[in-house]
Amino acid sequence: MPDLSDILEVLLLQNYNTRLVVLSTTLLGIAAGLVGSFLLLRKRSLMGDALSHATLPGIAIAFAVMISLGGDGKSLPALLLGATISGVAGIATMLLIRNTTKLRDDVAMGFVLSVFFGVGVASLRMVQTLPGASAAGLESFIYGKTAGMVQSDFLLIALVAAVASLVSILFLKEFLILCFDDGYAAAQGWPTIFLDVLLLGLVTAVTVIGLQSVGLILVIAFLITPPTAARFWTQRLLPMLLISALIGGASGWLGAVISALTPQLPAGAVIVLVAAALFLISMLFAPTRGVLPRILSQAALRRKEDRQHFLRAVYEILEDQAGEGPVANRSFPYEALFAKRSWTPSQLRGILRIACREDHLEPTPPGRLRLSEPGFGEAARVTRNHRLWETYLIQYADVAPGHVDRDADMVEHILGAELVRELEVKLGGPLPDQTVPPSPHLVGDR
Amino acid sequence: MWTSFDTWIVVVGSLCAVACALPGCFLVLRKMSMMGDAISHAVLPGLAIAFYITGTRASIPMFLGAALAGLLTALFTQWIMRFGNVDRGAAMGIVFTTLFAIGLILIRQAADHVDLDPGCVLYGAIELTPLDTVSVGGFDIPRAALVNGIILLVNLLFLTLLYKEFKLSSFDPDLADTLGYSSGFLHYLLMTLVAVTTVAAFESVGSIIVIAMLIVPPATALLLTHDLLKMLIIAAAAAVLAAVTGHLGAIVVPGWFGFESTTTSGMIALASGLIFLLAWLFSPDQGIITRQFRRDLAPPVPLSEPDTGTS
Repeated sequence: MPDLSDILEVLLLQNYNTRLVVLSTTLLGIAAGLVGSFLLLRKRSLMGDALSHATLPGIAIAFAVMISLGGDGKSLPALLLGATISGVAGIATMLLIRNTTKLRDDVAMGFVLSVFFGVGVASLRMVQTLPGASAAGLESFIYGKTAGMVQSDFLLIALVAAVASLVSILFLKEFLILCFDDGYAAAQGWPTIFLDVLLLGLVTAVTVIGLQSVGLILVIAFLITPPTAARFWTQRLLPMLLISALIGGASGWLGAVISALTPQLPAGAVIVLVAAALFLISMLFAPTRGVLPRILSQAALRRKEDRQHFLRAVYEILEDQAGEGPVANRSFPYEALFAKRSWTPSQLRGILRIACREDHLEPTPPGRLRLSEPGFGEAARVTRNHRLWETYLIQYADVAPGHVDRDADMVEHILGAELVRELEVKLGGPLPDQTVPPSPHLVGDR
Repeated sequence: MWTSFDTWIVVVGSLCAVACALPGCFLVLRKMSMMGDAISHAVLPGLAIAFYITGTRASIPMFLGAALAGLLTALFTQWIMRFGNVDRGAAMGIVFTTLFAIGLILIRQAADHVDLDPGCVLYGAIELTPLDTVSVGGFDIPRAALVNGIILLVNLLFLTLLYKEFKLSSFDPDLADTLGYSSGFLHYLLMTLVAVTTVAAFESVGSIIVIAMLIVPPATALLLTHDLLKMLIIAAAAAVLAAVTGHLGAIVVPGWFGFESTTTSGMIALASGLIFLLAWLFSPDQGIITRQFRRDLAPPVPLSEPDTGTS
């Protein structure tokens, strides 16, 4: 178990090697978060998957070439160059299949992924039998290995990550148009093909530098998870890019730190798990599109609807009781509510409980109910809004009086004060306060 | 030299290839080609946990663990898609990378005690399958041939019995639902078949063959025909062809470059890719070259219809 001083040493990046690993994975996370956002919006998240698998033959072939030229085959830039070339070949194949056949994106990606990876494994196995060569390190590209990084590797990763981030920011507007409406972009004269290729080039760059530290399978997560998590927090592109870069960077940093503290955990896997945890938190709790806030706001809306339906039902009962005279707040039998709306007894009990909590009801003898003074005012207001909306629909939207109740039912809950005032003006001047216009249709038992 | 060993390797490879190609056709038609890739990566934790619990590399628990993990992948993907409004590709990518990472960590933890190397799990070793035999009715046949044969039969059984339902729900899930065939049930049934096939196949021959055979032969068939039944048959034929030529290639090709040998599974994937390439170029009605020829040979279309005087 690492003690406090170890933790501090890693967190403050005091150890030189740790500093390299942590900084490079953080930069990688930021770059991948930015580039991946565009991929996600273009609905091509799995492109990174196909691409990263397609780099394997290039790694093997670059290794074989270096050996045959008399080197030891372990130069990272050369291996990554090979990876880039075969990755680009993979993308080209993908685009060719898509453009010359009726096969769809997913088939093209699956084809490139499986065939290139198969070729990669076959050629890796071949070059491993080369005399005098130890290709054992090559397998680390599949699962990732941060421990073997040296300073030049770090510089390469940092440089490529910085350039990729910079290009994504410079071409922000162009990528934005491309992602949201490529047809429009083409019609406006934007070079969509160039932009698409540029975007895929960025993806290739990020994937290739990710191979060394997290491995070719887990780099996919770097491109997909942070942007998808960021999508839950906002509906706008710029904040999404920032959040995505933040989540990517945080996963890279935290993951590398945790794996530096517990050496038996592979860094790539820990980084992916941190990103997945951040995704889970975002999906459940993000205020804009998270699952729990959505459920809560739906429940709140349902409560509001129930409350307004209840108050209006009571007001209509009181109207029936009053006949021609003015509507007064009297007590009424509990059963009368069932005639107004198809509530189940348990639903109604829930609604009444909430009404009591809001002081809309007064204590009454059992079997009868009576609104409180504020409750009665609220009931009048709710009914008034409902009828204003109904009248508006009949006069302006040509809705038949028999149907209007249902339509109004759906909209009335979100009528704001402003809208109500506008409705009043449209329908013949502001009504005196508290006046409830008569219903524009028959209020009958349902 | 071709030995009985090679025959068995080709038989195992063909059985596995056809077993994958059949459900693969429906994956391709449902735009879910990447599911096979996702499942085959995501089963890693299932294998590791089964190993932790039983402490052995026995087949049955490993198989169950992996199949369960495969199903969970399909399930989680569906949930994230539905509840999070996330694109299918992204949901799939998150689920399988996360499960793969968990599997990798579990396996690293176990690595001290046992040889459960992710490379071995993912690549399998089709070359070694003839060594592990079981006796059936007096004959020694490789266990992998038996396993893949059974899986092939199971797939054939389900796809024959539910052919009409799968066909309908692949092309028009809403209509299938309206007619009373639950497309949700069929979806998960297909996912189960894919997961079971994937696991059974790659436990014996490695995941590369599985991913390639789920996608490439069906894609080849789709270039050659528009008829589902013909598509299934062509996909199966392309799969067998890939297995045979792939193994031949694994013996012959390394010699050209002065190497000793290579993996059959990688070469089978490559062979299937080359078969796809042939179909891509020469398919009777969709091939690039065929279309080019037809355009060149076609008589020039007159700009205006000549007056035939029938008016």
